[in-house]
Amino acid sequence: MLKISKTDEIIFTPELIAKFNEILLRYPEDKQKSALLPVLHLVQAEYGWVSTPLMDKVADFLNLKPIEVYEVASFYTMFFLKPQGKYVLEVCRTGPCCLVGAEKIMTHIEAKLNVKEGEITPDGLFSWRGVECLAACGMGPVLQIGPDYTFYENLTADTVDDLIDRLRLTTVEKAQII
Amino acid sequence: MGRKLLLENINVPGINTFEVYRQHGGYRAVEKALKTMSTDDVVEEVKKSGLRGRGGAGFPTGMKWSFLAKPEGKPRYLVCNGDESEPGTFKDRFLMTHIPHLLIEGMIVSSYALGAKTSYIYVRGEMMPQIRILERAIAEAKNAGFLGKNILGSGYDLELYVQPGGGAYICGEETALIESLEGKRGNPRIKPPFPAISGLYNCPTVVNNVESIAAVVPIINDGADEYAKVGIGRSTGTKLISASGNLNKPGVYEIELGIPVEEFIYSDEYCGGIANGKRLKAVVAGGSSVPILPANLILKTATGESRLMSYESLAEGGFATGSMMGSGGFVAFDEDQCIVRNTWNFSRFYHHESCGQCSPCREGTGWMEKVLHRLEYGHGKMSDLDLLVDVAKKIEGNTICPLGDAAAWPVASAIRHFRDEFEWHVSHPAEAIERNYGLARYADPLPKAETVAAN
Repeated sequence: MLKISKTDEIIFTPELIAKFNEILLRYPEDKQKSALLPVLHLVQAEYGWVSTPLMDKVADFLNLKPIEVYEVASFYTMFFLKPQGKYVLEVCRTGPCCLVGAEKIMTHIEAKLNVKEGEITPDGLFSWRGVECLAACGMGPVLQIGPDYTFYENLTADTVDDLIDRLRLTTVEKAQII
Repeated sequence: MGRKLLLENINVPGINTFEVYRQHGGYRAVEKALKTMSTDDVVEEVKKSGLRGRGGAGFPTGMKWSFLAKPEGKPRYLVCNGDESEPGTFKDRFLMTHIPHLLIEGMIVSSYALGAKTSYIYVRGEMMPQIRILERAIAEAKNAGFLGKNILGSGYDLELYVQPGGGAYICGEETALIESLEGKRGNPRIKPPFPAISGLYNCPTVVNNVESIAAVVPIINDGADEYAKVGIGRSTGTKLISASGNLNKPGVYEIELGIPVEEFIYSDEYCGGIANGKRLKAVVAGGSSVPILPANLILKTATGESRLMSYESLAEGGFATGSMMGSGGFVAFDEDQCIVRNTWNFSRFYHHESCGQCSPCREGTGWMEKVLHRLEYGHGKMSDLDLLVDVAKKIEGNTICPLGDAAAWPVASAIRHFRDEFEWHVSHPAEAIERNYGLARYADPLPKAETVAAN
């Protein structure tokens, strides 16, 4: 899944560059820094995480100093600064979800995947972590999987098992938006 | 049945598409505003409606609009706050998912009123599906001539864009949101200057919550007077309430402001009572930042009057015996929930989400989390309770933005109302790990036959 190592030369594909350019049109001239978050999201979706060489490349593209990209990527929790599994299960661990069993779901995932929070399964497929409120409190417990941030709601141990087994076999389903 | 102003057509199949939304009277407000009203008329109408900011602060929206500076030669911006990160709140996700055109319509009317030619909807990054929905809705509206150049031949131009966040609670604070939209860390700015004078790109800017913007649509359609007829006193109109926790029917409900809390929790029209036949122990009425109240105080005020779902009634009694409307994140706790554990959980949240600019918040939230952790895990001391109150007091009011207050209030209120439960955790550490404290004296006024859990 991870397409680059630190030393590889990074070349953004023309498709990715086209998307960047489309985003840049949203802001006034000289305000291209505003594109940083959307661009980082696209980069992470493409490469799985944002490495330092990738951030340098983004800085180049947006005409920013590298530090301006580092400080932003490290501030926002959605950006991964180290490699992750192909599927990152992000479970909401905040109050309302905990009232309906989020902690049990996290314990269950840990046992099922047999890796600790933040670690990657040996096959490279999965990692998981607890995240703060995902604004789906009424449907708790919930987890999300990037890069399209599909939501899985009202989780039970069984539905989590199903989900993990299904992901092992197939690729992730497209976002459920209804 | 209460009146629905925002979610009236929510169950119409295909209401998320332009076509169906339009067939059901959608975009009438744009036509009315652009063809028959001046920009000042729209602002005046919103002022008259009494609409108060639905994001949490409850500041009158029309008044906020009237503060917008209008210097020559500088663009003005409207930014919609769809960051929705307050634990317990998920109404904006619901609205954006199911009826995105209501928000787009509200954005067009509001942008027109403020004279904004470019507007942004800032949506938290985790809501990628909602971002896609909004982008599609914008494209549909543009196709139909409701966005872009010379809208409906009025001469008014507007471009509307969606901006993703990156997973930071603090970006729901308006100046942090502006920083984030400029591609920076979400560090709140010192006010003044207020965004109305110097906001996005140092230009005059208004930041409004998703629900506030959506509410502009019925205000323009039916008129401010009609809107203000709904609700009670200075709490006019309807409010989306996100109900979660141990309820039979958690979800998003549109209520007329002023219905009794008891009705909201127990009636079948709304939450349908506490799940699994349990009893109510406590409620956080407006998102995790507002003070928690025990069941007896959320259902009735200290003076014994029925408490209502309104800005004023929820705040009655001040923080001593009241709470706040906040963002309408209504979290119900049943008798099996541990207040200490929940307070620790919320503290961890605020510690995690503090941006780190102000030391009282950066350090204080961490201290509170640590102290609460040791209380929950049986290593607490009696003096920890006063220590927590002391730290909370020293954060409150001493930070640039309200995150400090938001972190302090849940802790201070939990100790204020549930002190005996905290003390029990210190005096019976082993037992506190084994079982929960139970209801004790916080029984709701609809008691069941069993006796209250022993103290």
